[in-house]
Amino acid sequence: MGSLQLKSIRKAFGGHEVLKGIDLEVKDGEFVIFVGPSGCGKSTLLRTIAGLEDVTSGSVQIDGAEVGHVAPAKRGIAMVFQSYALYPHLTVKDNMGLGLKQAGAPKKEIDEKVAKAAGMLSLEPYLARRPAELSGGQRQRVAIGRAIVREPKLFLFDEPLSNLDAALRVNTRLEIARLHRSLKATMIYVTHDQVEAMTLADKIVVLNAGRVEQVGSPMELYNRPANVFVAGFIGSPQMNFIEGERLGDTQAKTIGIRPEHIGLSRESGDWKGKVIHVEHLGADTIVYLDTEEVGTITVRLFGEHRYAEDDIVHATPIIGGMHRFDADDRVINSGQ
Amino acid sequence: MSKARASLGRTAGVHIALIAYTLVALFPVFLTIVNSFKSRNAIFREPLALPTPETFSLIGYQTVLKQGDFIGYFQNSTIVTVVSIALVLLFGAMAAFALSEYRFRGNALMGLYLALGIMIPIRLGTVAILQGMVATGLVNTLTALILVYTAQGLPLAVFILSEFMRTVSDDLKNAGRIDGLSEYAIFFRLVLPLVRPAMATVAVFTMIPIWNDLWFPLILAPAETTKTVTLGSQIFIGQFVTNWNAVLSALSLAIFPVLILYVIFSRQLIRGITAGAVK
Repeated sequence: MGSLQLKSIRKAFGGHEVLKGIDLEVKDGEFVIFVGPSGCGKSTLLRTIAGLEDVTSGSVQIDGAEVGHVAPAKRGIAMVFQSYALYPHLTVKDNMGLGLKQAGAPKKEIDEKVAKAAGMLSLEPYLARRPAELSGGQRQRVAIGRAIVREPKLFLFDEPLSNLDAALRVNTRLEIARLHRSLKATMIYVTHDQVEAMTLADKIVVLNAGRVEQVGSPMELYNRPANVFVAGFIGSPQMNFIEGERLGDTQAKTIGIRPEHIGLSRESGDWKGKVIHVEHLGADTIVYLDTEEVGTITVRLFGEHRYAEDDIVHATPIIGGMHRFDADDRVINSGQ
Repeated sequence: MSKARASLGRTAGVHIALIAYTLVALFPVFLTIVNSFKSRNAIFREPLALPTPETFSLIGYQTVLKQGDFIGYFQNSTIVTVVSIALVLLFGAMAAFALSEYRFRGNALMGLYLALGIMIPIRLGTVAILQGMVATGLVNTLTALILVYTAQGLPLAVFILSEFMRTVSDDLKNAGRIDGLSEYAIFFRLVLPLVRPAMATVAVFTMIPIWNDLWFPLILAPAETTKTVTLGSQIFIGQFVTNWNAVLSALSLAIFPVLILYVIFSRQLIRGITAGAVK
């Protein structure tokens, strides 16, 4: 079991308010990811759930029980940190077992649980080593193992993959996804990497400047962003934003079109423009255009295309690819 | 350093400078030890000569060991130094942990207040300290010296250690909290081992002035039973006649305990640096 309820969480450091009233509900077994630009309060929110920061006001409930004044160790949570945070003087085995030892579990039970977690993460050969003798990926697996051993109601991950190199990041991401499936545990994960968010999450919470901008499944956020911020934050390359007036739309202040929802043609199309830069990625070709009608836009084409700088091309948005936003940056409708 | 970058000339230059400095630093120590093994006449005739069979003499050491209770003096010095260092490290580290780890009103002011002692010499308060010791009946006890030296060493210890403790990863401390370690366990088992190099530095900086101090032993604990080595050696320095053999022998003997302590601490220093921490 592991559900979480946050009710109007506020957190201020001195006079500076970092979290400005956050409401959130996480159901048992969900994988929830907090994303947002740096300084948006996502890590602070995770720390308040863990009990490492006190909330200024609001309530945190785990499994329906108020935990506002409960010590981190008693909340039934486990946390994985960006910097691994392994105890340097303890072996892998002792690192993983320390939480249970502190809780007064019998040695036999600790050994069993550590062995089980080590088995899940293929850490058996390293149990007697110290963290200094492990590679970055192994250390992060130990940190994840330490969390598993505690059998928590909630797993908290604070940017666990940020210190790993690209190849390891993908492997560890898969490992975390696999763990979530096999443990069926509730996981809350903080990242600034939207690929991690899109690939792992059941539910994404987009945070900006201490507020929740939108909560939804990855595809909901992609297909129906609630506002300009979410539209711009989810998706890479970023969505193109065009002033409504330029397209003769009096109702919408801004119109957003994702780069992959624009087609290019040398012969004809809605917007005529000059290619200013092309990025060839193999699977994708990203073309930057300077158009007369809508200014500079980005177009993402699948596969290889032989466009070059200074080519004159015509761009056409595909039907159903437009997102219209009002003067308050809120969505009017998507898929026009 | 890579071989390609270190040219022979530069390496030689660095070594010459270091060797020159080593010679300058070791020369007085060398002179003290060499002359402590010579007869009085030989010391004055040729101060720089090594002892030869004719000039070799242990008269200085004999005098030192006969006159007064030098073993006792050594014991006093060692007790005072070791206990003071232990207290300075313990309380200094605790204060530094509180300053670096917890947010509370007046944190910065408190840090400044605790570090103020670096700038104000404790000897300015000698009269008040003496009055206090007389009032509490601590005059002529080692406790008096330990208390004063602990107070003297704390400001620098708090200052250095709090800077170092800020560099200890917050994640590590938080991981400990989630695993159910108490704040004391986090302090003693996670943070202290990681700041061991800084502790060794503080220990060395604290130890030398305490061991060499003449002022406070002379004022607070001049009794025969509580004399320290430095104070004990003073009996050989007279207004008119100085027994150089004895003074040099006493000083030579006084070097070794500090040397041993220093070796212990510098070992810690190296071990601390090589121990792998986070990342």
